[in-house]
Amino acid sequence: MKFTLSWLKEHLETDASLDEIVETLTRVGLEVEDVASPADRLKPFTIARVVDARQHPNADRLKVLTVDAGNGEAPLQIVCGAPNARAGLVGVLARPGDYVPGIDVTLSVGKIRDVESFGMMCSERELELSDSHDGIIDLGPDAPVGASYAQWAGLDDPVIEIGLTPNRPDCTGVAGIARDLAAVGLGKLKENRPAQIAGEGPCPVTVRLEFGDTPPLCPAFALRLVRGVRNGPSPDWMQKRLKAIGLRPINALVDITNYVTFDRGRPLHVFDAAKVKGDLVVRRGREGEELLALDGRTYKVDETICVISDENGLESLAGIMGGELSGCTEETTDVLIESALWDDTNIARTGRKLGISTDARYRFERGVDPAFCVPGVELATGLVMDMCGGTPSEISVAGKVPETDRSIDFPFSEVKRLTGLSVSDAEIKGVLTRLGFWVTGSGGTVKVAPPSWRPDVHGKADLVEEVVRIVGLDKVVSTPLPRLESVSGRVLTPGQTRRSQARRALAVRGMKEAVTWSFISRAQAEAFGGGTRLLELANPISADMSDMRPSLVPGLAAAAQRNADRGYADVALFEVGQVFADDTPQGQSMVAAGVRRGTAGMTGSDRHWSGNAPQVDVFDARADAEAALAAIGAPVDKLMVFAEAPSWLHPGRSGELRLGPKTVLARFGELHPRVARALDLDGRLAVFEVYLDAVPQPKAKAGRSKGAFEASDLMPVRRDFAFVVDEAVTADRLIKAARGADKALIVDVTLFDVYRGAGVAEGAKSMAIDVTLQPRQRTLTEEEIDAVGARIRAAVEKATGGTLRG
Amino acid sequence: MSELQSLETAILAAVAAASSEAELEEVRVAALGKKGSVSEKLKTLGALSPEERREMGPAINGLKTRVTDALAARRDILQEAALDARLQSERVDVTLPLRAAPAEAGRIHPVSQVVDELTAIFADMGFSIAEGPDIETDHLNFTQLNFPPDHPAREMHDTFFLHPKEDGERMLLRTHTSPVQVRTMMSQEPPIRVITPGRTYRCDSDQTHTPMFHQVEGLVIDKGSHIGHLKWILEEFCKAFFEVDEIKMRFRPSFFPFTEPSMEVDIGCDRSGNEVKIGEGNDWLEILGCGMVHPNVIRNCGLDPDVYQGFAWGMGIDRIAMLKYGMPDLRAFFDADIRWIEHYGFRPLDLPTLFGGLSR
Repeated sequence: MKFTLSWLKEHLETDASLDEIVETLTRVGLEVEDVASPADRLKPFTIARVVDARQHPNADRLKVLTVDAGNGEAPLQIVCGAPNARAGLVGVLARPGDYVPGIDVTLSVGKIRDVESFGMMCSERELELSDSHDGIIDLGPDAPVGASYAQWAGLDDPVIEIGLTPNRPDCTGVAGIARDLAAVGLGKLKENRPAQIAGEGPCPVTVRLEFGDTPPLCPAFALRLVRGVRNGPSPDWMQKRLKAIGLRPINALVDITNYVTFDRGRPLHVFDAAKVKGDLVVRRGREGEELLALDGRTYKVDETICVISDENGLESLAGIMGGELSGCTEETTDVLIESALWDDTNIARTGRKLGISTDARYRFERGVDPAFCVPGVELATGLVMDMCGGTPSEISVAGKVPETDRSIDFPFSEVKRLTGLSVSDAEIKGVLTRLGFWVTGSGGTVKVAPPSWRPDVHGKADLVEEVVRIVGLDKVVSTPLPRLESVSGRVLTPGQTRRSQARRALAVRGMKEAVTWSFISRAQAEAFGGGTRLLELANPISADMSDMRPSLVPGLAAAAQRNADRGYADVALFEVGQVFADDTPQGQSMVAAGVRRGTAGMTGSDRHWSGNAPQVDVFDARADAEAALAAIGAPVDKLMVFAEAPSWLHPGRSGELRLGPKTVLARFGELHPRVARALDLDGRLAVFEVYLDAVPQPKAKAGRSKGAFEASDLMPVRRDFAFVVDEAVTADRLIKAARGADKALIVDVTLFDVYRGAGVAEGAKSMAIDVTLQPRQRTLTEEEIDAVGARIRAAVEKATGGTLRG
Repeated sequence: MSELQSLETAILAAVAAASSEAELEEVRVAALGKKGSVSEKLKTLGALSPEERREMGPAINGLKTRVTDALAARRDILQEAALDARLQSERVDVTLPLRAAPAEAGRIHPVSQVVDELTAIFADMGFSIAEGPDIETDHLNFTQLNFPPDHPAREMHDTFFLHPKEDGERMLLRTHTSPVQVRTMMSQEPPIRVITPGRTYRCDSDQTHTPMFHQVEGLVIDKGSHIGHLKWILEEFCKAFFEVDEIKMRFRPSFFPFTEPSMEVDIGCDRSGNEVKIGEGNDWLEILGCGMVHPNVIRNCGLDPDVYQGFAWGMGIDRIAMLKYGMPDLRAFFDADIRWIEHYGFRPLDLPTLFGGLSR
């Protein structure tokens, strides 16, 4: 919402400075977004008279002007190319040293075709007043030579722009803004009530509201005909104000509607009565109908859109934009002035549907003052008669202006309860009254009736807001919130704690945390088991951000690729975030996932004097996954590795970490080359996902004791065994068998060598383990140690078919 | 006598000449070994007369002692020299560059770090952390929060929608974390003190907007909390978060459907340089919206607004992170450029606490 200072003063008697006004507007909730003073830019330019204009000796299209700047000094010689430059013209002068905004040049004394030029006579475009560049500005003979142009032209009127919140339709008009300022004590509101103008005879055009048995979209429609008007340019003062807020003056009748829209927040429409045929019918649009609107575009309507039609067809998109064909032009002699009320929800919906933003829509969808429906016609009539003459008819009103009377029981104590601020009952009453509320009754609780222009006020809290914003939020004193407990308890849920632990554990392993989009491309989603319609956005911002992610890996892999494309091939990234299985809250779960690319292992990447880092592989991925699981307190000693994994992982270099046969806690491996190719990824990628929510909660413990510490004084005994087993035998089976051979004595089994080649048959491999025995009571004898060895051999043979390597 | 003297001279000369422990051992064996020259001399004592023995005994034993001492002294010297030589040979270039420690190479994203900072501050004030789903119903994201259908306020939210279901219901990506407030009020008895950090979405993308961003909201519901308390909490928070002793704040009346009265809050700052300096200067910067929870919202959550009251606020996590740590571009948050993460990220073990300081 824009307005000028002088326009505001039309409604507010005040001595306050611009700064005070601006500061107060923001303080009462009408946030000032910008204060522009065009005069600042135009300060150097003065009014000057062309005394003489001669042909330039060396150029056909240039003239050499003699210009009187009106400052008592000798006339200036100026070379000028404007077709309208002539002796006697009074225009706007820029001198050497002046900055001309429209051409972004600071003038200096120039020489044009050998003739010196001491300045320029400006066009409107050069001063950024308009796009007009047909010639230099011609102010007419009466403009005072030597005076400041900006001041004389009234351009020294500051333009204030406020960011209006949607709850304040009353401040879509300058008068409403003035009311707020008056309420806060910055001046006195001028009650500019439109005079009632008696009409001659009834309005000859009948308005019919025809909504049948559908919900009506137009509560009231006021119309008046003014006959015999002479339409032309609106007066200078009105044009200046409209231009200042960025509107283009068209003709008096149209300008009046725009003026009233901004002056009172009351949109109007004018029809050229000669172009309206028959009755005006307000109804729902019909499929197939269309309207050429005032913006020159054609809009198709349907039954959800409210239209005004006559015997010629559609004439207006109700409350949003009028039609081109019945619009008022300079030839208009009989004008129909419309002031109507529209269903605000329907206006909003229609505006969205048709993609039209107009000043009328802006106001109607927020809710215009119903009580000003008929006065709006009176105000416009007065202006029309002043500017264009004419004879008004009586006003006809179809429908009925709705009652807005409502009353709120308001205990004055509510102000203190919600704000902590002490305001006397009398002051509360005063503020509300100044804002136009009716306060009746006495005692602690009164009845408050909001004015017709405040559709946003319904309850006690709304009234508290009115009071506190006018009294001043700065008056509210900061009050410490009492503590509920002396020492704060644990505040994070187990899930939150896990995310934090997983995050720090992965970062400690040299990975960098990324935050990638929750939505990925359809192709990415499909490659990772997603891409269902259930999780596809209806209005994605771009095609590669269309589907809610089923996995963090595609986003991270793409991020790794972006880094590689920038020259950083070896990157280790992780993310802790949400993935989506369906659209329910239960379908959303938390995952920690990571990607290592190229040689970005935990201990470093690329070449190094101490040894080059190898390409990352499935074991890097598994180590990351297990580290994250250990960090979040998963029972890692009970985890089982399964060489099974989803289709996006390399079938021979991937696996799952499970708790029991079914609960998958993590997946890891090298990205499937086919998936990588499909998603334009290159280089080796070792990836993992840890399903944080799948890890069971540990049982609640009674205490925090870690139990007694027991350590044997006896030396542990270590023995090595090498077994030849079939290639298909996995390490975990062998280790598990060996460990199980004597659960009391064997405390550790380490696999330290895997060997294939000479001495081991084709299709078999040798796996060597180091077994640690921990005696508890006394030192073991050789016989006892050999007996354990025999049990280990037997157990391994039974479990794997392996035999001791000879 | 002269024979012994010349023997001693010869042996000591050999000891002195020995250049390695092996050579010295040869000298020792030749002198003190079973058949060594000194040992042979000792063997002759037995055949001597007591008088001769009285004279020769100490002489020969003296020789043995001196030879033994000389050997030991020479051995020490040779061992030291050998060690010196070994040490010399073991010399390395200690300036060779190391590989970075993993814990030094790793980084925590600024969003995570700032959430941890928020948690530290608000946990101290007795708040816990509430969360909810990213995919929400229209009801929880808007209707329950007092957004009238088709109200322009809804349009300000640029909502992402999923496809409509068969029954016409349209799920959406939450445009703010306020639905979590509703979920909290509906599942928890007052007094309530929670903050709700999380991902939020609006279909908007330009220099300063990304389609996904992070928000944190706060909610207090009890029987007496008012705007004075709200002001205090936000002032204390801003001082703690920006790690300054004083901060100027300006509360402006504003509008949100779910609060009444509603306010926007500016903090005093200095915007004259390249970076915004919080806590000094004469400029204002809007950082959050807040207000008393609207009676309709309280009622919608099954509580009586004449009994229960409270306030809520909301701000952009990314935005306050940018302000605090001087990050100019929001879009870089989600690009995963390792150079950016390296520069703006945090060390893995720098967990923000109030007792140790939020940041280094």
